[in-house]
Amino acid sequence: MSDTKEVLTEPLVTNNPITLQVLGICSALAVTSQMSTSLIMAIALTSVTACSSAAISSIRNHIPSSIRIIVQMTIIASLVIVVDQVLKAFAYDISKQLSVFVGLIITNCIVMGRAEAYAMKNPPMASFIDGIGNGLGYSLILVIVAFFRELLGSGKLLGIEIFPLIKDGGWYEPNGMMLLPPSAFFLIGLIIWVFRQWKPEQNEAADFKIMDISHGEGGHH
Amino acid sequence: MNEYLSLFIKAVFVENLALAFFLGMCTFLAVSKKISTAIGLGIAVMVVQIITVPVNNVIYHTLLKEDALSWMGITGVDLSFLALLSCIGMIAALVQILEMVLDKFFPALFHALGVFLPLITVNCAILGGSLFMIERDYDFTQSVVYGVGSGFGWALAITVMAGVREKLKYSDIPKGLEGLGITFISAGLMSLGFMAFSGIQL
Repeated sequence: MSDTKEVLTEPLVTNNPITLQVLGICSALAVTSQMSTSLIMAIALTSVTACSSAAISSIRNHIPSSIRIIVQMTIIASLVIVVDQVLKAFAYDISKQLSVFVGLIITNCIVMGRAEAYAMKNPPMASFIDGIGNGLGYSLILVIVAFFRELLGSGKLLGIEIFPLIKDGGWYEPNGMMLLPPSAFFLIGLIIWVFRQWKPEQNEAADFKIMDISHGEGGHH
Repeated sequence: MNEYLSLFIKAVFVENLALAFFLGMCTFLAVSKKISTAIGLGIAVMVVQIITVPVNNVIYHTLLKEDALSWMGITGVDLSFLALLSCIGMIAALVQILEMVLDKFFPALFHALGVFLPLITVNCAILGGSLFMIERDYDFTQSVVYGVGSGFGWALAITVMAGVREKLKYSDIPKGLEGLGITFISAGLMSLGFMAFSGIQL
């Protein structure tokens, strides 16, 4: 049981797919200017990752390794088509806002990465939970970024006014940059910084060290 | 002609796939440590993009679009939901073919691009280009121009990024921000720079 819990919670902070494994950033940032779109995106990605991991893992012993990428792609693409159609049927406005980014879940490296790294070696149930865990790790970052972008950019959360805007007689002047793409980069950069201050073992090893001249020999500490 | 030129400029600068839509970010961050490899990957992406966007355009318009099958005498069929599957299948197949063709006829180029070619299948910039093409309903000529423009824009972005990162090695960055963190922030600054083009009307 503790194993299951670990598989589920580890990707949240200790092994977060976005901040540590550098996966799935592609579609993550573009949808975070509002909480509602990013929540839908998070749910969509988590369900696709979980289901595709379970499906791939259940046929893992029958996939010839030379064509496994194509097989994985096909399974993932079919699941994404299902998600896309469901969104178009039940949340048409949001699916319009997400535009191509639902389709881009196919090439989201988290889905492929988990299929390749975990699902090919583990039984379906564990892969399913691993998929959910990684989906949640992705969702966590997405929601944090969207929280700040929507709050500071338009003074709202999920469309409900939190800071009354100046133009409506309130006091808050919205920061328009938060709605533009660059702010997403800055926020993720800062989140990574916070995570690494909190867990210093995630720091990257330096490519090289500046030689310490005062020690004569130098360079080998 | 003017229309195509403005579409090209828009695809390269205003709607840069990497910096305005965050597409292909994973490879963008992973392979931008050295200028030479970044240029290699940039060219590979450009080549694949130039081929896949028009090819997907043809497939979409002759097979998948609503009533597209009428030339076969079948009407009232709308297969556009299959677009995702057909696009990614096409891209995977084309990358594979391109790899074999390059290996056979241009071995020098093949060795230069070698490692990057398989990576391109899972590069969201490629799939994103095709999906944007479908969403915006480009015709064939427009799709060629868009393919060239978006591919070139991505290549430009990764090359510039690599240039910045090579210089960054010499700066004194807070420990936790080293590597990935500062890369994100410099990508953000670059994206801010590219936003300056967004007011241009051609």
